[in-house]
Formats: sequence, structure tokens, C-alpha cells
Amino acid sequence: MAKIKLIRREKESPLARVLVPVASVLMAFAVGWIILALAGHNPVLVYQKLYNGALGSPYAISETIVKAIPLMIAGLAVSLAFRMKLWNIGAEGQIYIGALAASWIALNLGQSSGPLVILPLMMIAAFAAGASWGLIPGVLRAYWQVNETIITLMLNYVAIYWVDYLIFGPWKDPNSMGFPLTPIFSAAAQLPTWGDSRVHLGLLLAIIIAILFYLGIQYTRWGYEVRVMGQSPSAARYAGMNVTKNIMLVMLISGGIAGIAGMIEVSGITHRLQQGISPGYGYTAIIVAWLSRLNPLAIIMVAFLFGALLVGGFAVQLVGVSFSITQVLQGTVLFFLLAGEIFINYKIVLSHKEVL
Amino acid sequence: MDINAWTALLAATIVAGTPILFAAAGELLAERSGILNLGVEGMMLVGAALGFIVTVNTGNHCLGLLAALAGGGSMAAIHALVTVSLRGNQVVSGLALTIFGSGFSGFLGKSYQGIPMNYGFKSLNIPFLSDLPYVGPVFFRHDILVYLSVLLAILMWYLLFQTKWGLAIRSVGENPQAADAVGIDVSRIRYLCTIVGGMMAGLGGAYISLVYAPTWQENMTAGRGWIAVALVIFALWNPTRAILGAYLFGGVEALTFRLQTIGINLSSFFLVMFPYLVTILVLVLVTIRRRQDAGAPQALSMAYDREER
Repeated sequence: MAKIKLIRREKESPLARVLVPVASVLMAFAVGWIILALAGHNPVLVYQKLYNGALGSPYAISETIVKAIPLMIAGLAVSLAFRMKLWNIGAEGQIYIGALAASWIALNLGQSSGPLVILPLMMIAAFAAGASWGLIPGVLRAYWQVNETIITLMLNYVAIYWVDYLIFGPWKDPNSMGFPLTPIFSAAAQLPTWGDSRVHLGLLLAIIIAILFYLGIQYTRWGYEVRVMGQSPSAARYAGMNVTKNIMLVMLISGGIAGIAGMIEVSGITHRLQQGISPGYGYTAIIVAWLSRLNPLAIIMVAFLFGALLVGGFAVQLVGVSFSITQVLQGTVLFFLLAGEIFINYKIVLSHKEVL
Repeated sequence: MDINAWTALLAATIVAGTPILFAAAGELLAERSGILNLGVEGMMLVGAALGFIVTVNTGNHCLGLLAALAGGGSMAAIHALVTVSLRGNQVVSGLALTIFGSGFSGFLGKSYQGIPMNYGFKSLNIPFLSDLPYVGPVFFRHDILVYLSVLLAILMWYLLFQTKWGLAIRSVGENPQAADAVGIDVSRIRYLCTIVGGMMAGLGGAYISLVYAPTWQENMTAGRGWIAVALVIFALWNPTRAILGAYLFGGVEALTFRLQTIGINLSSFFLVMFPYLVTILVLVLVTIRRRQDAGAPQALSMAYDREER
């Protein structure tokens, strides 16, 4: 009787490394097809809407880029932490807290300074706020091994309610007719945009962060240490690396980068602090990072795909399909990806001998 | 507050703690076998949605519960397939489950948002005990699921610590190599524990949509699945301690709700943060107080690879 045997590969299969993510996306859409059909929708029509909504016109493409920008930045943020096997799933909260800090600068200093002062200040504030939001679980994990997954997630709720408190209360625009919004930022606090689209300078920023990340991880001693610590903390300690310090540093930078994603959303898109600054970018970023296999340059590409999915998700609502279908597709992609990783790490052989 | 308000608050504590207890006890079982499932939130949501939809359509809340069990169980089966058979990363698979569950429940429940529901569970007064002053209204005038959740947790304690099966489950979670060597089927036990854990998460979700709320709202579990994961750590992987923990969190929730209704001079946005802040605080205190990783199954979240023995 033939039996399936798995043999661990010495090196990851390069072919599988490319094919598995591509196949995962395709299979997720196949599963989505089945779910849509079972729910009585016409999958062809829904996917057509999805495609046209996301990529069907120059405007659609520009909107896809707009959604891809925060995904890139947040994806880079979480992938740095993931490299050290630190499960920062708090990018969502770090985005909100970054947006909060940037808005504070914009609302208080926005009238009196020019963009060259105000925009960098907003960025620094957002980084600092996100960094502190990441540092809390970082310190707890570094010194007391407190589970960072749960802490980062709990802090998401805290950040979102804090923003809610401000926009329903002290920061509410008196002229908003009761809507929970801050006043609109001054022109100096708004990121410049490309032509008359909503694509803003954040795109350039995302690419710069990706390149810095790539260079930092590949070519510096610190990047090497992060990689070693991710693979084997005990080996890293044995080699004299300061794991405790680096857990905190990586969580700090990871949170800070995610905070910047919050800043570019308020400064580049909404121009004010309001509810739903992020429709789950922090969670989608986890999938972007994993699908990119934590490679910063791949994240830039994969973010477009998921930006398209989000924009298309709004379009399918017109044919009566819930926006939630995008989350169904995201989760399914991740399952297939994880399932497919076995092809990357293992060789699958059929042995004809009886295995006892 | 007078004494009646206190008994009402304590009774509300038990009700609020019940969905968390179901989910936490289920997660505890999976973790005891070595499988970390961070998909509790997603499984609860699917359980809540399916339970609600089936109950509304059939008029039978028992069928609703069955649907919730099936939903949570099948989602957990996906997690088991990915992490046990295919050796995928348990953290990421759990996150995928939560993202999928949040989306899938929203997709299914789209046309059921905010529909009222009147097939609920009647409260089951325990004879004699429910007539006791104060104690009766707090503990013995609840619906059957409240009693079931406590019973399940106690049964699970018995299963884990007093039976041969429990020994097998714990040994798979502590040292799968050794368990395998004495002929225990590691994969089968991990599948079973994960799936039963998922069914309990589904049940916890259905409790929210059928009894606690009772209605369907997108993402209505509001982080309770994650609180359940934290609770397993709080309970030091002991189901009876989980009962205590669930009511602690239930108490925080009930108190938050009460303070909101009596209009305390603190923004309600800070009040709703409270359960999450308490979770953080409790997790930190418990982790710092116990010796590093004491209580956690040694092989938790590690795939077992027979060839690499």
C-alpha cells in the first residue's frame, strides 16, 4: 500500500515559495465562489463587480492605491515583529493611536505653522504614540513573558474607544451638526496628493519605509540579530545578543510604523479624526505580511492586491453582498497559505513500503 | 445600592460570565492537548450567527444550539487540519480563523441584523434552592445553559485530572514524543480536543445571540473570545479556576453596564474600555506572579513531527 510521507527539506523550495501564495489566492476565490453560490448570489456578477470596482477605471485604480498605502505601512510594521516571532496583532490600535496623536498636532498647531513643520511633527507624534502602544506589550513580554498577542489585541479596543471618546466629546467639531468628527485640518496639515486623485505622499513614504526595512534587515548587524533571534532565541542568547532589549526595540519600531499608517490616513485621506479611520487595516496587514513571507518588497506588491479587495468589497455591496465577504476571502487566503507551506518546507513522497 | 440591586448585579455577573466560560473551557481543552487556537473570537461569532439564524428560521432554539455547535466544531476542524496534519503555524491559523469567522458571520447574518428574537431560554428555577433568600436569585434562577456551563467545566476538570483519557490528553500536550512512544495517537487526540473546544466556543457565541443579547449584530462578541483566551492563562489551564475567572470578567462586564445605566460621572467610552483594561491587568499580574510558564503545557503551539523524534 502506498503511503504518503513527508520529508523536511534542507532548504525551502524556491518554486513552491512563489507558487503557493499565488495558488492560495486563486483557491480562496474558488471557495468564495462556492460560498456566494450557496448563498444564492451570482458569483460571476459579484466577481465582476469586485474587479470593476477595484481596477476597472483609472479612478478605481487610484482608490485601490489609496487603500494599499496603509496596508503597506501596517504590513511592514507587523512583519518586523513577526520576524522576531513577536505576534503584534495590535497594528489596528497602533494606527488609531497614531491618528490620534497626529490629529492633536494638526488641531493645535495646524493654523500657525507651514506644512514643512507641521507634517514632520505629525509624523513624529504618530510614530511616538504608536511606538508607546507597541512598547507596553513589548516591555511586558521582554521582562515577564506576558503573552503579547492578547495584550496587543486588548489595546486595540482601548485605542479605538479613546478616539471615540475624543470625537464624541472634547474634540468634536462644534459645527459638525452632532456628527462625531473633529474640525477639518488646516491645509498645512494635509498631505499633498497626486493630481486630482486621492493618492497622497504616503505612498512614497511607504516605499521608503520598505526600502529602509529591507536594507536594515539584510545588511546591518542588527537585522542579522533580529533574524537569528526570530529563529532561535536561545541560540541568540548564547551568542551574546540582548534578546530582552531587542524585543522592546522591535515592538517599539513596529508600533511606531503602524502609528504612521494612522497619521497618513488622517492627514492624507479624511483630513480630520473620525470614526472608522481604519476599516481593519491592522488585521488585513497581518495577511499581507504573511502572504509576502515577511519580505518588505513583496509587501508593497501584495498590499495592492488587498487594497483592491477592500475597494472591490465596497462595490459588491451594490449587488446586495455584504462587505464581510472580503474578510471571508482574506481568512481563506491565509488558510490555504498555511496549508500550502507544507509544500515549501517538506518534500512529499509516496513510499510503497509499508510504514509501521 | 440596596441589597436587591446587589443580588441583581451578581445574577447578571453569572449570566455575563457564561459565554466566556463556555469558550474558555473549550480553549483550555485544546491547549491542554498542545493546540493553541486563537480563533475563539471567530468561532464564537459563527456560533452566534448560526445559532440565531437557525433559531429564527425554525422557531426552535435547540436546533439553533446544534447549528452553533456544528459551526464552531467545523471551524475548529479546519484549524486542526492546518496545524496538526499540515503543521501550519498555530498563531497565524488562529488569526485566520478569527478573520474568517468575523467575515463569514457578517456575511451570513447580513439580513438578520437587529431582528428581535423571542424563542429564548426560560429560566429554570432549581426547586428549594431558588427560594433561598439572596442566594436563590443569584445562583439558582438561571436558564439551563448557565448550569450546563458550570457542569461542563467541572466535568472537564474530572476528565483531565481523574481519568486515563485526561492523562493521555495532558501527556500529548506536555510531551507528544513520549505519548507517541507509549502508543497514544497524538493527532487523533489533538483533533478531538480542538474540535470539542470549537464546539464550546460556538455554544458560547450562541449564548450571546440567543440569551444574553438576544439579537444578532456584526462582531457582537466584542473581544470576548480573546478574553476567553486570556482566561485560560489566568486559570493556569485548570477548568475549575476558569469558572472563577469567567465570573470575574462577567462581574466587570455587568458592573460596567450597571454604571452606564445609573449615569456615573465618567464618559461611557472609558467604562466600555474597562473589561479590556482589566484583562490586561489580570493577565500581567497572573503572569508575573507565577513562575515563568508554570502551568502551560510544554508542547503548546508546537507541531508534532513524528519523523523528527
